[in-house]
Amino acid sequence: MALIAPFDMRPELMRVDTVDKVFPGNVQALRAMSLTVREGDFISLLGPSGCGKSTALRLIAGLSEPTSGRIEWSQPRAQGDLGVVFQEPTLMPWATVAQNVYLPFRLESKTYASVKDEILEALKLVGLEKFQSAYPRELSGGMKMRVSIARAMVTQPKLILMDEPFAALDEITRFKLNNDLLDMQARIGCTVIFVTHSVFESVFLSDRIVVMAARPGRVIEELHVDEPYPRGEVFRTSSEYVAHCRAASQALEQAMEAAA
Amino acid sequence: MSVTELNQPAAPTVDAEEARRARARRIEKTARWLLPLLVMALMIWIWDRIVVWNDIPHFILPSPARVWGSLTGDWEILWDSALLTGRITLMALAIAVVGGAGLAILFNQNRMVELSLYPYAVILQVTPVVAIAPLIFIYVESKTVGMLMCAWIVAFFPVLSSTTLGLNSVDHNLRDLFRIYGATRWQRLWMLQLPSALPYFLGGLKIAGGLSLIGAVVAELVAGTGGVGTGLAFRIQEAGYRLNIARMFAALAIVAAMGVFIFAALSLLSHMLLRKWHESAIKRET
Repeated sequence: MALIAPFDMRPELMRVDTVDKVFPGNVQALRAMSLTVREGDFISLLGPSGCGKSTALRLIAGLSEPTSGRIEWSQPRAQGDLGVVFQEPTLMPWATVAQNVYLPFRLESKTYASVKDEILEALKLVGLEKFQSAYPRELSGGMKMRVSIARAMVTQPKLILMDEPFAALDEITRFKLNNDLLDMQARIGCTVIFVTHSVFESVFLSDRIVVMAARPGRVIEELHVDEPYPRGEVFRTSSEYVAHCRAASQALEQAMEAAA
Repeated sequence: MSVTELNQPAAPTVDAEEARRARARRIEKTARWLLPLLVMALMIWIWDRIVVWNDIPHFILPSPARVWGSLTGDWEILWDSALLTGRITLMALAIAVVGGAGLAILFNQNRMVELSLYPYAVILQVTPVVAIAPLIFIYVESKTVGMLMCAWIVAFFPVLSSTTLGLNSVDHNLRDLFRIYGATRWQRLWMLQLPSALPYFLGGLKIAGGLSLIGAVVAELVAGTGGVGTGLAFRIQEAGYRLNIARMFAALAIVAAMGVFIFAALSLLSHMLLRKWHESAIKRET
């Protein structure tokens, strides 16, 4: 990933073009949001609750329609082009780990035998190949989240949307999953949009941080974290990391003031 | 119990609290079947003493021994009747399941159908079956069909309402996930809604099992002596006319045993289907 081109030279994957979203009761969830997503980007949407970051994710996922503005994909989107990880692991409790990861293929009417290798590969990627036939209830919170990530990655999607996936986990598990996530992204080369309210998480993971403010939800600032990947524990303790965190914190503070 | 814990070696020593807890568990395990049996023995003994000490004639209150005698002596008659009542009960339960779950799926798939029919399902449920049954037997020629209808009316509603609840209790994130992956309506029903509804359906099924027995008994009582009316309820009525109170008790005991058997069988079925994944079937360590 260190060799990847600077962000503005990569081909465009999709764009959010001055999108507004108004909910019934005239609640403006999102105002004039624009975002260009290029292949290989790791973008964080950072902001306080109610800033519309989850709404933005739902619009990009196609789960709801913008009130005005457009969401455009450079190429028509196929069924497995999008992977999603929610705040909860969102696994089917009645199905084994392997069956849960199989779901995206199953919905494309592919037989289990024909995608067995991909499923095993995805489980290896998240380090759970030994737990194929376990049921979700037998796993810890972090392991369940890994299954959820494996399911999102198994179709080799072009874009993965993650909605505060690690917010409910303890810090040790979260750091480990942050490291592993970067590792996985580097290996399958996908694009990620990551919603978070943690400054540290956004700086560690992303090459771009979109800072958002609430009431109405809008983009305040876009920060670039021009630090090379792979990033590991060394980066987490470097002075550059601290400087980026400070910049992101200040932007977030501005966002809070703008909302107040 | 998680997989990670399974790999750890068992603790070598047991502390006093754990030992106490283990002892309490063992005692409870025995008490679970021993205490009800003791209560039964005690009640039968008191019953017997009341009859003997007060010299109560058997056509008012027979002694337990006489009831036992009727149970064994009239076994062939009673067993045939039990088979008939059991057959009606099971058939009614089967159509209650098919009808209740089928209606629930239909309602779930088409909101307009639900809005049109649901009020009538409620009306059918809240009207006492004893009041409907005589009407049914006026218009329905076959006694068997009439009895099945009565039993179905009582039994289908718990299946319908709990399955409906289950079909609507799908994790909303999973629903979104299915949408993102472009699932069809049938894929969503088959792979997401039906498994989600299974625990609710099984809960409704346990209630419906008992209710279909009640429905069958009520229908027999209303249907009276004509035609196929030789089920257990009919035996109770007939024995009552003849002041054969012992046989009434014997038939009643068989009806109760059938109810217990149905409940136990459905509980076992529920446990088998859910034990791998559902919270209700999982034994916690503490």
